[in-house]
Amino acid sequence: MIEVQDLTKSYGDVKAVDDISFTVNKGEILGFLGPNGAGKTTTMRILTGYMPATSGTARVAGFDVFRDSMEVRRRIGYLPETPPVYPDMTVETYLDFVARIKNVPAERRSARIDDALKKTNLEDRRSELIKRLSRGYKQRVGIAQALVHDPEVIILDEPTVGLDPKQIIEVRNLIKGLAGNHTIILSTHILPEVSMTCDRVVIINKGKVAAVDTPQNLTSQLKGGQKIKIEVEAPERRLREVLLQVPGANRVEIDPERAGDRLAVTVEAAQGNDIRSEIAAKIVENGWRLFELRGVSLSLEDIFLELTTDDATHAQPSS
Amino acid sequence: MHGLYAIYRKEMGHYFVSPIAYIFIGLFLILTAFFFNAILTAVINQSFQMEMQSMQFGQPASFDVPAAVLRDFFGLLSTLILFFTPILTMSVYAEERKRGTMELLMTSPVSELEIVLGKFLASLSLFAIMLLPTASYMVFMVLRSEPMMPWRMLLAAYAGILLLGGSLLALGSFVSSLTENQLIAAVITFAASLFIWVLDIGRSSDSGTSAVLQYISVIRHYEDFTRGVIDTSSLIYYFSFIVLFVFLTVRSVDSMRWRRA
Repeated sequence: MIEVQDLTKSYGDVKAVDDISFTVNKGEILGFLGPNGAGKTTTMRILTGYMPATSGTARVAGFDVFRDSMEVRRRIGYLPETPPVYPDMTVETYLDFVARIKNVPAERRSARIDDALKKTNLEDRRSELIKRLSRGYKQRVGIAQALVHDPEVIILDEPTVGLDPKQIIEVRNLIKGLAGNHTIILSTHILPEVSMTCDRVVIINKGKVAAVDTPQNLTSQLKGGQKIKIEVEAPERRLREVLLQVPGANRVEIDPERAGDRLAVTVEAAQGNDIRSEIAAKIVENGWRLFELRGVSLSLEDIFLELTTDDATHAQPSS
Repeated sequence: MHGLYAIYRKEMGHYFVSPIAYIFIGLFLILTAFFFNAILTAVINQSFQMEMQSMQFGQPASFDVPAAVLRDFFGLLSTLILFFTPILTMSVYAEERKRGTMELLMTSPVSELEIVLGKFLASLSLFAIMLLPTASYMVFMVLRSEPMMPWRMLLAAYAGILLLGGSLLALGSFVSSLTENQLIAAVITFAASLFIWVLDIGRSSDSGTSAVLQYISVIRHYEDFTRGVIDTSSLIYYFSFIVLFVFLTVRSVDSMRWRRA
């Protein structure tokens, strides 16, 4: 549905987007993950036909975003970083305006508006002036605007910014509900959002694609090792010795901030060895009191930090 | 052209939902009513004096009161709109850019020409609506004058002010598309309008450059209209002026895509 090939966008000497390529299949939700200023917004703006790329191509539903811009724009619903609303309009007149400029035929317009209002839970606010709405409601109006013409492709730039936790869940569910019929790209810098909503993730940093995969694969692939968190009452130095004797344990880290006599310890182990039972046995052997012992797998957050900071250290000497 | 109509509707809605249109129309009405009254009184007094003089010297009176009022009143209107049009156009693009709604328009299946024309026609419509109440003064004068003044004089004068206003609105829209700051847009539009206004300052001299400058000045062509004359060259002048600035605005809006937003 969406094919991006060697896309580059430079502003003078600065490359905001540097040779990125990826594809999105029909009905898929693709997450765009990256720190602020990574090039997410620029990529989205190129895809929506708002700005041209410096080089490379992007196609939406087979149409080139630059050459057949009008065809692409007809098929795209787009929520920019700030919801593009007119404060003096009511929610309904605003959506009517958007439906008109998106070329929704007159006979389908009111049904489409009702549908967009229903999906974004705005039905009871339809005749309210947009300037009187809270940030969260404005954001929803922005999402409704992207849906009103029932586009094949929906591009959402940070759709959950400014929403409260309940609204965030609603929006995520809404986005998940839209998948299948629509192809969706959403950008975010909130990690759990990606693992919760997206089928695939593009991690982008400094204008370059750092990784493209499913959230599950990314998590397992990059799980370089295993971490075990222990809470135990024991003498500190002796504990460290004992734990390091456990075969497979690479590193023992004891949190200097302790609650009473209990120590919070993190043990890092090599991939593939589950050493939890051995640790438990050692602790019991020594007669210490064990309160907690659990394995922690690397979260998407760790992967993200690993990828983006890695990239930064590589990039620095060259620039 | 669905986009043009949608944008036109939106702009008109924006003017009339907010207080903008009412403040404009109200202020304009107060000012024009005051000046119309003053001009009418002055011209009638002048005609009495002329009549007295002609009686003394035994010549027939030849003073066309309605034509004089028309000329003075429309001369004044042209000065008034010099102050009104920059305020009318200052927010046309500046505000859209600031709010980020330009991004919505430019990612919708609407061409730049539709956006620009929709906005231009809306501002021209508001301008026409602003002028409409002044027609009541004119109608009153035309009907009460003896002999009755020909309607086409009045129509020519209104055509003139619409063309002049349209030109200034097209200029103002272009300036607004260049900046995100409304105040800057208004000030530059005012300065630019004033500049093309006073270009004919050297009208007394008859050098070649002076003739060109006189042709370029917006106000020179307008004077024909207020005398009831519709000159083709003036029509062409105003249409070219409007087309030029609409075209420049389209280019400017298009260039927003290439700038760093």
